[in-house]
Amino acid sequence: MRYDCYFKNPERASELLEKIGVYASQAGRVRLMEICGTHTMAIARSGLRTVLPPEVRLISGPGCPVCVTPAGAIDMILELSERPGVLIASYGDLLRVPGSKRGDSLLSRRAGGAMVESVYSPMDAVRIAASRPELEVVFLGAGFETTAPGTAACILEAAEQKLENFSVLCLLKRTEPALRSLIEAPDFAVDGFLCPGHVAAVIGSDAFSFLPGDYGLPGVVSGFDPADLLGSVLELTRMIAEKRPGLKNEYIRLVQPAGNPLALSLMDEVFQTAPSDWRGLGQIRDSGYALREKYRPWDAWAKFGLRPALSGDIPGCRCAEVIRGTASPVSCPLFGRICTPEDPAGPCMVSGEGACAAAYQYGNSISQEEV
Amino acid sequence: MEGRITLDYGSGGSKTSELISSILLPAFDNPALAQLGDGAVLSGAGQLVFSTDSFVVSPWRFPGGDIGKLSVCGTVNDLCMAGGRPQYLSLSFILEEGFLFSDLEQIVESIAREAREAGVSIVTGDTKVVESGKGDGIYINTAGIGFRRAAFPGQSGIRPGDAVLISGSAGCHGAAVMMARAGLLREESPLKSDCRSLHRISGALLDCAPDGSVRILRDPTRGGIATTLNEFTEGMPFSIELEQDAIPVDPAVEAACDMLGLDPLYCACEGRMLVVCDPGCADMFLEAMRSVPGAGQAARIGTVTESLPGRVLLKTPIGGKRILTKLSGMQLPRIC
Repeated sequence: MRYDCYFKNPERASELLEKIGVYASQAGRVRLMEICGTHTMAIARSGLRTVLPPEVRLISGPGCPVCVTPAGAIDMILELSERPGVLIASYGDLLRVPGSKRGDSLLSRRAGGAMVESVYSPMDAVRIAASRPELEVVFLGAGFETTAPGTAACILEAAEQKLENFSVLCLLKRTEPALRSLIEAPDFAVDGFLCPGHVAAVIGSDAFSFLPGDYGLPGVVSGFDPADLLGSVLELTRMIAEKRPGLKNEYIRLVQPAGNPLALSLMDEVFQTAPSDWRGLGQIRDSGYALREKYRPWDAWAKFGLRPALSGDIPGCRCAEVIRGTASPVSCPLFGRICTPEDPAGPCMVSGEGACAAAYQYGNSISQEEV
Repeated sequence: MEGRITLDYGSGGSKTSELISSILLPAFDNPALAQLGDGAVLSGAGQLVFSTDSFVVSPWRFPGGDIGKLSVCGTVNDLCMAGGRPQYLSLSFILEEGFLFSDLEQIVESIAREAREAGVSIVTGDTKVVESGKGDGIYINTAGIGFRRAAFPGQSGIRPGDAVLISGSAGCHGAAVMMARAGLLREESPLKSDCRSLHRISGALLDCAPDGSVRILRDPTRGGIATTLNEFTEGMPFSIELEQDAIPVDPAVEAACDMLGLDPLYCACEGRMLVVCDPGCADMFLEAMRSVPGAGQAARIGTVTESLPGRVLLKTPIGGKRILTKLSGMQLPRIC
């Protein structure tokens, strides 16, 4: 069997589930939060919720980069897309996110004539800028630490080429400050964390040792295939049952304790930490990245004098609570009735990684009770 | 409808259905159109099957085919799915000023080759040229006529217990085109479009099919297997339950989908056939399909049940269950 196939088709699934059941009944109640959109999707795709024992509940946290970007920032981007000569280059899943007005997204603006390109890599945005000198190309640098090295690399490339018509609207976010803010909130009710494998591949598994160290909460850095998820849930459930919180790295085939030194050095060269606004969590100190002064010519915030609009979410939308894990997607009155992936009211329904989209797409609502 | 056309309306998913049902059907209502099959069965001298399709794929050349081959396969396959034996095609080009003759010749050659393979003649056509910047190089429309050799009851003939078969692996075309579009495909990659004419496979199946044993045939193009099966179950008193382990997916497609954040079950196929049939005939049909070169992976992937009417369910490798919905909007690559 090919190495990666083992993780996709675990032969020992029933054995692992049995063990999870034993530890779960010892623990009594196990509430686990995933904080990575790809985990949210992987959990939904594998149907994991439908086979776990009833004591184990999986809750989606602030892991979808599109979802945690506040409506005001989206409004600002939509306005920027209307400026003459500006081309917005973005990862695909940001295109359908509505701002504070329903149905108003980069996709609908594009249908109305705005220049919007979906790119797979920030380097594609640099290439567009190099080949279209008559345009101002703005790359929307959204994401967590996973996408930060690529964003840093594209800024270095633009600097190397001395491209004057390229800039990055840096919306990058950092995981640790958001987790701390979530854990320290009065309504926090989670017993352990499935830590994001992709983020950890960049910043290292050690970066999550504050979970047991500062808060006595267990964490497991997990991969994304069914066997990864089952193994990680088992490890978390065991640590909770034995009341011995620690940090484990299940994703050893990709994640090093100290992360990826090359990626980290690129990030350090280009970015410094900065306060950042989160949907659902508000402004958090040091929770974002901003371009260092040296790279100001490629900083779209400075170049276009941008300020996020002060606009609220769509009325009735509970995305902010869903992001914090205090409401489940199906508990939102808009879910599946007014808010669907084709016509989303809130960001959690837009992104493929959003908790609401995952619940809708994969029909979790048939088995998932309300939080 | 209010607003403007967005790309979502061309995705083949629920937005496309909305466009068809709210603007097109009310305007052109007639019994042949109302069947909403891949092709229309026309009354007249004998029974004719008629279908049309437009091709706008970008890039026009992709691993495993090009827009020319696709424009023949697409219409030929629609005719086959409606029980027809494809005979005649029309061929219309919309070319953008500046398009290279050498590229056009290559496309025409591939059209001719695929038409020979499918046994159809190109009998009429048209060419228009639009100004530079007003098109994407080349668009093609084909329409096709076939003679009807079999009739299927369609969606309403599906019964609990029926078997669901597929003639090959899922999602190759969609995954190959998306990877080519992203500039991520190397020459030596095993990832290729499944673009092919289905006349041999559907022919082999119909050659051995007892009357009434085939309920419906459909080629799962835009929106993939998940969307097509949803079209079968929508509003009906039955569900379809799939075994994920039984659905053939090439490792290269799986890897590409992992990279792009796509699901193979939602990626277009351009040379696969879904069959819902009498369960007693399933093994015989699989054997017939597998006898055709290139269809060796034909498999039974699911069963019609009554467990959750109107829905398509998937049993995952760890024993979990989830609902497969229609594709909503375009497949957009995700952030990480």
